[in-house]
Amino acid sequence: MKGWEMLFYKEVLRFWKVGFQTVAAPVLTAMMYMLIFGHVLEGRVEVFEGVSYTAFLVPGLVMMSMLQNAFSNSSSSLIQSKVMGNLIFILLTPLSHWAWFWAYVMSSVVRGLAVGMGVLLVTSWYGQPHFEHPLWILMFAVLGCGLMGSMGVVAGLWAEKFDQLAAFQNFVIVPMTFLSGVFYSIQSLPPFWQSASHLNPFFYMIDGFRYGFFGHSDVSPWLSFSVVAIAFLLVGGIAERMLRTGYKVRH
Amino acid sequence: MSAISFQGVSKTYLTAKGPFTALNDVSFDIRPGEFFGLLGPNGAGKTTLISILAGLTRASAGRVTVNSFDVVTDFANARRALGVVPQELVFDPFFSVREALRFQSGYFGIRNNGDWIDELLAGLGLSDKASANMRQLSGGMKRRVLMALALVHKPPVLVLDEPTAGVDVELRQTLWQFVSRLNKNGTTVLLTTHYLEEAEALCARIAMVKKGQLVALEKTSDLLSRASASVLRFKLDTALPESLRAQARVTGRIVQLPAPNAETVETILAAIRASGGVAEQVEIRPADLEDVFLSVMENPS
Repeated sequence: MKGWEMLFYKEVLRFWKVGFQTVAAPVLTAMMYMLIFGHVLEGRVEVFEGVSYTAFLVPGLVMMSMLQNAFSNSSSSLIQSKVMGNLIFILLTPLSHWAWFWAYVMSSVVRGLAVGMGVLLVTSWYGQPHFEHPLWILMFAVLGCGLMGSMGVVAGLWAEKFDQLAAFQNFVIVPMTFLSGVFYSIQSLPPFWQSASHLNPFFYMIDGFRYGFFGHSDVSPWLSFSVVAIAFLLVGGIAERMLRTGYKVRH
Repeated sequence: MSAISFQGVSKTYLTAKGPFTALNDVSFDIRPGEFFGLLGPNGAGKTTLISILAGLTRASAGRVTVNSFDVVTDFANARRALGVVPQELVFDPFFSVREALRFQSGYFGIRNNGDWIDELLAGLGLSDKASANMRQLSGGMKRRVLMALALVHKPPVLVLDEPTAGVDVELRQTLWQFVSRLNKNGTTVLLTTHYLEEAEALCARIAMVKKGQLVALEKTSDLLSRASASVLRFKLDTALPESLRAQARVTGRIVQLPAPNAETVETILAAIRASGGVAEQVEIRPADLEDVFLSVMENPS
């Protein structure tokens, strides 16, 4: 057995043991959004022709939940073991920095997908979801979670205290996910905010993901794919470098 | 081949107050199968040295090897050869003892390690705690788990960083029996401790560090013979005269002073009488490692 498989398994087990908090809670939150926004805006807003607002909302909510939870997984695992001191058990092993990278990122992808499927399941109550291009759906789900898992590694290594991590989450991750077109199409925004949204990589993750459901999107899925892939390589590269140099963990 | 080799190891930390030298050109070797003690006061650099050995800290200069594997360039082999029991009682609150041991085995690429894990649990008196969550364990139990975690991959070299700090007498004995058995079966042991009687009883060779520098490296028996032949020990209720303070080892009301001959004994007792004090329960005993330690720390040769 390769060492990274065990670390990956441990990381999956870690969130699964507290699944009520790490999977069920975000699913419930997404359901609340669905209930409230769906109820208020249904029939008033039609984003894509022939697509009801609730149907439009579902993929956005799924993606937003996946992204936030993928980020939470690696970042909270790292900060916890840093603060508790038990990171030392992994630091003492022969695991390479690539083993760390894939174990933390892939376990975040697993958590993201688990939450995403949960949200999809509970929101399917509003109507059978439509899967126009399942491969695009899967591609954006995995790549988006991978990107956020890597970002979680970066934030988890950088943060020294829980409140620093919370600040990163509340002031960077949450605004970027909310302003990415989860609840609206950016076509409905004034021109300035439309171009601002184009600078937000989260927009491309949501837009591409939504394309997989409706075959309909604000920008081409290939453009979205390129942006998300480049962002993943960039953030993944930073995470890899931090792990290789032992940033803030090997002095 | 050395089990552990430190060659010209230095470590400088950049602090807000400027550079701080934690280790300054430390070199020594530990032979395979040795039971080796690393002693020094708090802040002397013992833990920094061990952290560099374990790959937790990087040396500013010098080279460290474990079984000839460089801890930086060949870290994977070096860490496979090394088991480290950390000083802090750290644990992962999510998992049980057996899970933690299984994971640790897995990180070293070892599958199906159940038999050895059972043996470790039994040897350390942890068998009935195997499925307990780490949070539920007492400090002493956590210490034993740390020991088991360090040994899952059967390392030929074991490092114990103050393993008996805050541990009760019974557990201390269990630990030492266990470690002595490992050592008899060939495991090299590097121990840091504040309990000098433990180092004296267990370690065949001892290094002492002070302010980041190696100040002694000798066989324990040679170190002991370096001490003044005997020590005068007595109880005193009043203040110790100024002239005796520098050399005295004081524990509460008990005072111990090096007294190589009868004349010194007389001088000491006279000084106390002159200060108006009364020495009670007076005895003379042979010097131990603590006496040597104190004299080396005061004036390294």
